[in-house]
Amino acid sequence: MNKIFNRYLLSALLISAIIPLYAKDVAKNAEITTTTSSNKVAVKTLDNGLKILVKKDSRAPVAVIQVWYRVGTSYEHEGITGLSHALEHMMFKGTKGRASGEFENILAVNGARNNAFTSQDYTAYYEIIASDRIEVAMELEADRMRNLVLDEAEFKKEIEVVKEERRWRTDDRPTSLTREQFNAIAFLNSPYRAPVIGWMVDLDTMKLDDLRDWYSKWYAPNNATLVVVGDVDAEQIFTLAEKYFGTYKKSDIPVAKLRTEVEQKGLRSLVVKAPAKLPYLRMGYKTPAFINAKDNAKGNAKNPAEPYALEVLANILDGGNSARFSKKLVRGKEIAASASAGYYSMGRLSDLFVLSGTPSKGKTVDDLKTAMLDEIQLLKTDLVSDEELKRVKAQVAANDVYDHDSIDDIASTMGAFESTGLGYQLMDDFVPGILKVTAEQVRDVAKKYLIEDHLTIARLEPQAIESPQVDKTKDSKNSSKGGQ
Amino acid sequence: MKKFFSKTSFLLMAMIILTNTAQAAPKIQHWKTDNGLGVYYVSAKELPMLDIALVFAGGSARDGDKPGVSKLTSATLNKGADGMNADQLADAFESVGAKFSSSSRLDRSSVGLRTITMKDEQEKAIDTWLKVVGKPSFPTKDVERSKKQALISLQAEKQDPGSIAIKAFYQHLYGSHPYASPGNGTEESVNAITADDLRAYYNKHYVAKNGILVLVGNITRDQAEALAQRISKNLQTGEKAAAIPEVTPLKESKTVRINFPSSQSHIFMGQMGDKRGDKDYYTLYLGNHVLGGSGFTSRLMKEIRVKRGFAYSVYSYFSPQRELGPYLLGLQTKNNQVDEALKVARDELNTFLKDGPTKAELEQSKKNITGGFPLRTASNADIASYVAMIGFYNQPLDYLESFSSKIQAITREQVMDAYTRRMHPEKMLTIIVGQQESKGTNNEKPTSKGSNEK
Repeated sequence: MNKIFNRYLLSALLISAIIPLYAKDVAKNAEITTTTSSNKVAVKTLDNGLKILVKKDSRAPVAVIQVWYRVGTSYEHEGITGLSHALEHMMFKGTKGRASGEFENILAVNGARNNAFTSQDYTAYYEIIASDRIEVAMELEADRMRNLVLDEAEFKKEIEVVKEERRWRTDDRPTSLTREQFNAIAFLNSPYRAPVIGWMVDLDTMKLDDLRDWYSKWYAPNNATLVVVGDVDAEQIFTLAEKYFGTYKKSDIPVAKLRTEVEQKGLRSLVVKAPAKLPYLRMGYKTPAFINAKDNAKGNAKNPAEPYALEVLANILDGGNSARFSKKLVRGKEIAASASAGYYSMGRLSDLFVLSGTPSKGKTVDDLKTAMLDEIQLLKTDLVSDEELKRVKAQVAANDVYDHDSIDDIASTMGAFESTGLGYQLMDDFVPGILKVTAEQVRDVAKKYLIEDHLTIARLEPQAIESPQVDKTKDSKNSSKGGQ
Repeated sequence: MKKFFSKTSFLLMAMIILTNTAQAAPKIQHWKTDNGLGVYYVSAKELPMLDIALVFAGGSARDGDKPGVSKLTSATLNKGADGMNADQLADAFESVGAKFSSSSRLDRSSVGLRTITMKDEQEKAIDTWLKVVGKPSFPTKDVERSKKQALISLQAEKQDPGSIAIKAFYQHLYGSHPYASPGNGTEESVNAITADDLRAYYNKHYVAKNGILVLVGNITRDQAEALAQRISKNLQTGEKAAAIPEVTPLKESKTVRINFPSSQSHIFMGQMGDKRGDKDYYTLYLGNHVLGGSGFTSRLMKEIRVKRGFAYSVYSYFSPQRELGPYLLGLQTKNNQVDEALKVARDELNTFLKDGPTKAELEQSKKNITGGFPLRTASNADIASYVAMIGFYNQPLDYLESFSSKIQAITREQVMDAYTRRMHPEKMLTIIVGQQESKGTNNEKPTSKGSNEK
């Protein structure tokens, strides 16, 4: 049953335009899985500003092609949330030269797998295709960069699809709903407070003109990165890129307002009541991100090692079955059915260090909260052991190898780093940065950043779901009924 | 310590040099160890890593009168072995960056390991894994915790309309057949299970004659043979598990509506599908690619999502098992749209069964499947998962190489013939989970009400 259920989820994802509503979770994973020898990355920027990154991997005769635009929820403002994602859906609906559906048909007969995803900081489109057919994908991607047709009738239907997606991802999932409201409380003015899919009222009031405006503002060669990983030759990719994307002119890309989150002045907490069976706890501390360390390194140099130390700290708590949460909270005291720690640090803006979980049978959310906060306190007073530090470093180094198994993961890391302003070179710096972290640095970042005044706590309080009523009908006439 | 790490990581980086020439399909080598364990090995030298998996005939279909025992066995396997406790085992794996995995599915139970192939690290990872695979102790305290976790999983299923729907689908489709047995068991069955039950399940199923071994990665044939010998010696010889009984198809159509306070209703429709090695496997697969298996170019997606905006996700698939797995069509739509969406889905299914795919659709699907075939084995993880399926279900070793030519040879008439023989629209199961909208007219009359689901 488990297998089937997994399959069902997989199919559902494969056939749908995916947005990582949990883009932060993806980014979190990316942290321990992103180092690759980027000296083998071939780079070129076309005259119109399109940046191209190519990495060769000839294990299989396939390639992944991704086009990344620097636009996402964090570029939106209140009232238009979800616009970047809705536009992503409309990007499959035809161009001046190609009718709606043609795009998919061309890729289908070429055996391509394709989709798109939107996060807070970027919108990306991809094709995975036999490497001798990459030109097909390049031509299609270039076409929709500037020639999209936004049709009212298509939009009317597609926005309903997006609303169904919202119901499916968030409204009917109590933990997702809690996460969404938690973000809106944790951030006051940072755009990270809004959900990627958008608030329902914003979807209800979205207009085609909003999408037109968004498309013309952000979809331009000088706001995009083309990433290709696979059995390809860099020079050939550069030539094809010049041929298909090189004809477009640069455009004036608006500068996104800073919107730096105001300093939090004390503990925030919220309760979410929803039909559910299991309680859920989510806590987040305001923390600096890699982008802040990068800025620091450039100018007002201060603590570029801090994000690495926070990353190690997250892995001390939750880096597998041997980490503290597993050992002490899930086993040990048996307070948690599940407990995780994640440092969201790869965005273009600073974000949160998040602790979340579900209490075990007979324990409460408060028990879990206390146990997690005790663990945080311990990190401030006691140095982590050599064995723990060694374990985290071994995992980071090994994960770097495992990550190379998937060409789309490698491409996604490169594209995300480039699109958030971190730069694809972070792939080179990451493992060495982690290897340098000391126990003292871990303690120091815990003391400096994991403080109550910068904490937000959300609890899901389950509301009764009535025992499901079941109606069974033997309807042997189904076939004739359906056949009309 | 510091020295060790910088050495390791730099060596690893240096080893990642991806220059080998691309291969069309991975070559699978097969042999048996002395005590009867079938080995399936693929050499993949480009990355310094190794994937190992033991796959046994097990899974929830062999839970018998203890639903949940297979999954509990999987979950507790790494919590104590050969004198080491759960913490020590976790430390041993993770201190060398190794990843242990275990899973229980419908008719198989698997134990896996992913490790880097640096000598010392690989040795420690495999040593630890052999203890877990060959000498698990199932400590009472850990078994009790696994049971509590299973009860939490059951609660999690109950707050998710999709989980409620798929569970109901299997129960109503398979009735008293073992494929209906719920993976997480029931509250009653989980509470009654003991550490001895887990030991009994392990002793019976995790044995050489009842499993296969998959090795994919950076080891030579000689190393693979030696490793396979070591792994199989570590297992009891045992016997093949009893065959899973044949499946009885539904005799009439049935619709089950389950009330749930969600904004969308989850709909699953289906019937018996096919099994691994089925003579209609390729034909059914190709036909369904047109109907609901190919994403945005499938008929269901075009009619339900693209043309009408009724759903974010709509699809259909065959899920072949050792015995007949299901054919399943799924979608989710807002509650007041259920009847319309269901009508379109049924119409599409019936039209397809009556008229079959067009020649053009069939050509497009063939091109998509054959042209995209190399994508399926682009990573070691993908290869390992295909090889496990091929080995476990006794598929021919050239399964991957011959897949495209088998698809290519199928005619429209063959698709129509297979669907006519195999699909029975008058015997369909439909599960709907969501808030019931009372529309007054045309509502199906329930024959029973308020009975307890699950």
